[in-house]
Amino acid sequence: MPRTGPGSAAKKTLLWLGVIFAALALLLGGGSMWSNASWTPKLALDLEGGTEMILAPKVQGGADITQEQLDQAVEIIRQRVDGSGVSEAEITTQSGRNVVVSLPGVPSAETRQLIQASAQMEFRPVLTIAAGGPVETPLPEEQLPQPAGEPANASDDNWITPELYREFESTDCTDPATLEASTEAAPADQPLITCEPSTGAKYILGPVEVPGSNIADATFGLSTSSQGASINEWGVNIEFNGEGTQVFKGVTERLFAFQQGDPHNQFAIVLDGQVISAPTVQGVITDGKPRITGNFTQESAKALSEQLKYGALPISFDIQSEQQVSATLGADQLKMGLIAGVIGLALVAVYSLFQYRALGFVTIISLVVAGLLTYLAICLLGWSQNYRLSLAGVAGLIVAIGQTADSFIVYFERIRDELRDGRGLVSAVDNGWKRAKRTVLASKAVNVLAAVVLYFVAVGNVRGFAFTLGLTAIADLIVVFMFTHPTMVLLARTKFFGEGHKWSGLDTTRLGAVPLYRGAGRIREPGTAPVRTKNKAASKEAERRMTIAERRAAEKQESMAGSGPSTEKEG
Amino acid sequence: MSKLPRFATFGNELYTGKRSYPFVPKAKLWFMIAAAAVILSILIPVAKGGFNLGIDFRGGSEFTVSGAANTDISAGEEAVGEVASEARITNIAPGTVRVQTEQLSDDQTLEIKDNLAQAYDVEADQVTSTFIGPTWGQDVSRQALIGLIVFVALAAVLMALYFRTWKMSVAAITALLVVMVTTAGLYSLSGFEVTPSAIIGFLTVLSYSLYDTVVVFDKVRENTKNLDKSTKRTFMEQVNLAVNQTLVRSINTSVVAVLPVASVLFIGAFLLGAGTLKDLSLALFIGIILGTVATVFIAAPMYAWLRRNEPEIVRQAKRVKERRAQEAKEAAAAAPAGTAEVSAGS
Repeated sequence: MPRTGPGSAAKKTLLWLGVIFAALALLLGGGSMWSNASWTPKLALDLEGGTEMILAPKVQGGADITQEQLDQAVEIIRQRVDGSGVSEAEITTQSGRNVVVSLPGVPSAETRQLIQASAQMEFRPVLTIAAGGPVETPLPEEQLPQPAGEPANASDDNWITPELYREFESTDCTDPATLEASTEAAPADQPLITCEPSTGAKYILGPVEVPGSNIADATFGLSTSSQGASINEWGVNIEFNGEGTQVFKGVTERLFAFQQGDPHNQFAIVLDGQVISAPTVQGVITDGKPRITGNFTQESAKALSEQLKYGALPISFDIQSEQQVSATLGADQLKMGLIAGVIGLALVAVYSLFQYRALGFVTIISLVVAGLLTYLAICLLGWSQNYRLSLAGVAGLIVAIGQTADSFIVYFERIRDELRDGRGLVSAVDNGWKRAKRTVLASKAVNVLAAVVLYFVAVGNVRGFAFTLGLTAIADLIVVFMFTHPTMVLLARTKFFGEGHKWSGLDTTRLGAVPLYRGAGRIREPGTAPVRTKNKAASKEAERRMTIAERRAAEKQESMAGSGPSTEKEG
Repeated sequence: MSKLPRFATFGNELYTGKRSYPFVPKAKLWFMIAAAAVILSILIPVAKGGFNLGIDFRGGSEFTVSGAANTDISAGEEAVGEVASEARITNIAPGTVRVQTEQLSDDQTLEIKDNLAQAYDVEADQVTSTFIGPTWGQDVSRQALIGLIVFVALAAVLMALYFRTWKMSVAAITALLVVMVTTAGLYSLSGFEVTPSAIIGFLTVLSYSLYDTVVVFDKVRENTKNLDKSTKRTFMEQVNLAVNQTLVRSINTSVVAVLPVASVLFIGAFLLGAGTLKDLSLALFIGIILGTVATVFIAAPMYAWLRRNEPEIVRQAKRVKERRAQEAKEAAAAAPAGTAEVSAGS
C-alpha cells in the first residue's frame, strides 16, 4: 500500500539530488573545458607556498577608512604589483580595514618595497631641473649653492645645501634602480631629489605644499577654446577641496610671479616620490580647479587623472604581517591534514557501524555524498569566486565530518525512539523524520549563523575556516534532506531493515520495543502499558514512556494508518 | 561487539525512564561544580601569569626550517646569534625547527634565512619566514571578540524565537559562557600557545555548544509542550527525562564530533607540530567535550531552575503530587504489598 506514496516520493528526491550533482559536475566540466576551472580546489598560499602580506592602514587621528578608499588602495597596489611583473598576485581587502597581498613565491625586495610604499601624492614646487644622467663635470666647490639663511618659502633656493646639490649631481635618473629606489618619498618638510620617469628629467623639489589628500576629484577631457568649442587638446582637471583651494591659490600666486621658463614657475605632482607631471603655472588659480594641459594623449590624460584621483589616498599602509610559506611546508601540512581527515572519517565510520550496525553504512555513504557535494562546491567557487582552500579551511572540513554525522545521529535516534514506542519501521521513519527535521534545521541554523558571523567579522584564516564550516553545514542539510531521509524511507521497505534484522541497527527486540501489534489480531493502544497488570511500579515506568503529545501523535498515526480499532487492550 | 546490546539497552532504559540520572534534581550541585570550574579557569591563567601568547600577539619574526636532517638546537642558536639577540628555538616536529625572534629588518631576515639554511644544510626555500606586526594578534582578537558578541546576541535572539521562551535562551547562553571560560582555562593549563588558530577553535566551540543545546532543548520542549493538561510528571521531571532520553544521542554526537578533531589533534601535535591544526584542534577537542557536558549538566537544569517558580509550573507540580498521593492511597487499599514499590518509584 505505501509503495506508491512515500516510496516514489523518496525516489524522486534522490533523482533530484542526482540532477543537482550532474548539473554541478557538468558546470565544472564545462568550466574546465572552455574556461579555467579545475577539478581540484584552488589552494591558498599557506598550502601552495608563497607570500602573504597584510597591510594595515596608518590612520592619522583615528579617522575612519571608507570602503572606497580601500578599494582605491587595492587598485593602486594591484597596478604596482602587476607593473612589476608578478603574475597571479591577489590583492584583497579584509574586514574593511586591511589590504591583503598574496603573491606566489618570495617577492623580491623591490616588489616588497613597491607594495609597502605608501600611495602618497604630493604637490611640491620645483627648484631645479636637469637632464636625467649624472653630471659629468661637477660644479667646483666654490660655485656650490650656499644657503644664505633659513628658506622663506617652499620655492626658496635656500633649501639647496651643498650636500644636497652634490647628491643631485650624482643622481642618475637613467638607471632603473634609481627609479625604484626613489619611491621612498622624503619627509614632507624637506626638499626632495627625484626623477620624472616619463621624461627622464631630474629635479630638486621644495617641501610639500599641497598633500594629495586635498584633491577632491580629478577628471580628464578635451579642452574648450575661449569660444566654447572643443579643441583637440587633452587636459586633466583637478578639483581641490576647500583647504586645497586656499593653499593652491597661494602657491600659484607665488609661482606665477616667476617668469615662464624659470623652473621655479613649475610645480611637480609627486606620486610615491616620483614626478608624474611638472606643469608650469600660467595663472593664479583661485577657484581650486586647475587644468593641466600640454602634450597629452587621451591615454596619458586618463592615466594622470586616475593617478591624481586614486593616488590621492589619505591613507598609507604598514606591513602588519608578512608570511612566507614554502611550497614543501604547505604540501606537508596539506598531506597531514588529509591524513587526519581520512583517519577521522574512518573513526567516525567505525563508530557508526559499531553503534548503528548496517545503518552505519547509511551514515558513511551520506558522508561521502556530502563530501562530494562540498568538493564540487569548493572547485566551483574556486573557479567563479577565486575561493582558495587554506589549511584552516581543511581543518574546517575535517571538523565538519563530525558535525555532519551529528544530524544522522539525531535522525537515527529519533527513529529508534519511535521504534521503542512500538511503531513499525515505516511509520517510525516517517515520524522520526518529522521531529528530527525540525531539530536538524534549528541546530544547523546555529551552525550557519556562526559561520556567517565569523565570515563577516573575523580576519585572516578565520574566514577560510568559517567559509568551509558554512559550506559544509549547507551541504549537510542538502544531504540529510535529499539523500539520507529518502534512503531511509526506501530502506524501511526492505526486508532486512523492515523486519529489524539484528544487524540492521533497528532490531526492535534490542531496542526494547513493545510492538503495537501484539499478535492474533490484538493491537495495543500506543503508549498504554501492556504491563499494567503486573505491578504499579512498572505502570509508572510506562507513563514515562510517552508524553501526552507523543500519545496523541501516535493515536493519530494509528488511525490514519487505518489499522483497526485502537481500543482493544492486551488481556 | 557485545557492547551494542548493552548500549542499546542503556538507551532503552534512559528512554523509558527506567534508568535516570538526576541532571535536574541535582542542579545545585552541578551549578556549584560549574562555578568552581569557572573560578579555577579564571585563576589558573592569572596564577600562570597570563596566557602563553603566540608570536601573532607579541609581534616578531618566525622562521621555520623544514626537512632538516639534524635538528640540533645549538646550530640554530649559532646561526641566529650573530644577527638577533634573543631567539626562541624549538624543535616542533621531526625535521622541523622553529625559530622565533624579535622583529627584524628585511636585511636581518634574509641574513638569518641564509644562516639557518647553512646551519641545517637545507635549501634556501626550505626556510620560511614570517613577520608579524605586534598589532596583528590584537586585531585578530578584537575581531574575534566582536564576532563572539554578535554571534551570542544573534543566537540568543534566534533561540528565543525558535523556542518561544527567553529562558531557554538564557540557559543556553549561560552554559555557553561556562564552556568558553573553562575551555580557555584548560587551554591555558595545557601551555599551548594562544594563536589566531586557537581563537578560531574557540569560536567554533561556540557554535558546537549551542548546536548541542538546541538538540536537547528541542526534546525538552517536546516533552513539556502539553504540560498543563498532564499530571503524569512534573515539569522538572519532564526536563530531566528529556535530557536522559537524549543522552545517548548526546554521547554519540560528541564522540562522532570529537573523533575527527582528535585525529587532527594527534597528527597536528605529534607529527606536524605546526600551528594551525594543533592549536585549532586542541581548543575544539576541549570545547566539544565541555559543550556536551555543559548542555546536559548546566543548560537543561538551568532552564528548569529558571522556571521553577512560575505559577503554572508550581500548580502543575501540585496536581501531579495530588494525583500520586491519590493513586498511592488507592494502591495501598487494593494491594498493600505494592506500596513499597510505589513510594520508591515516585
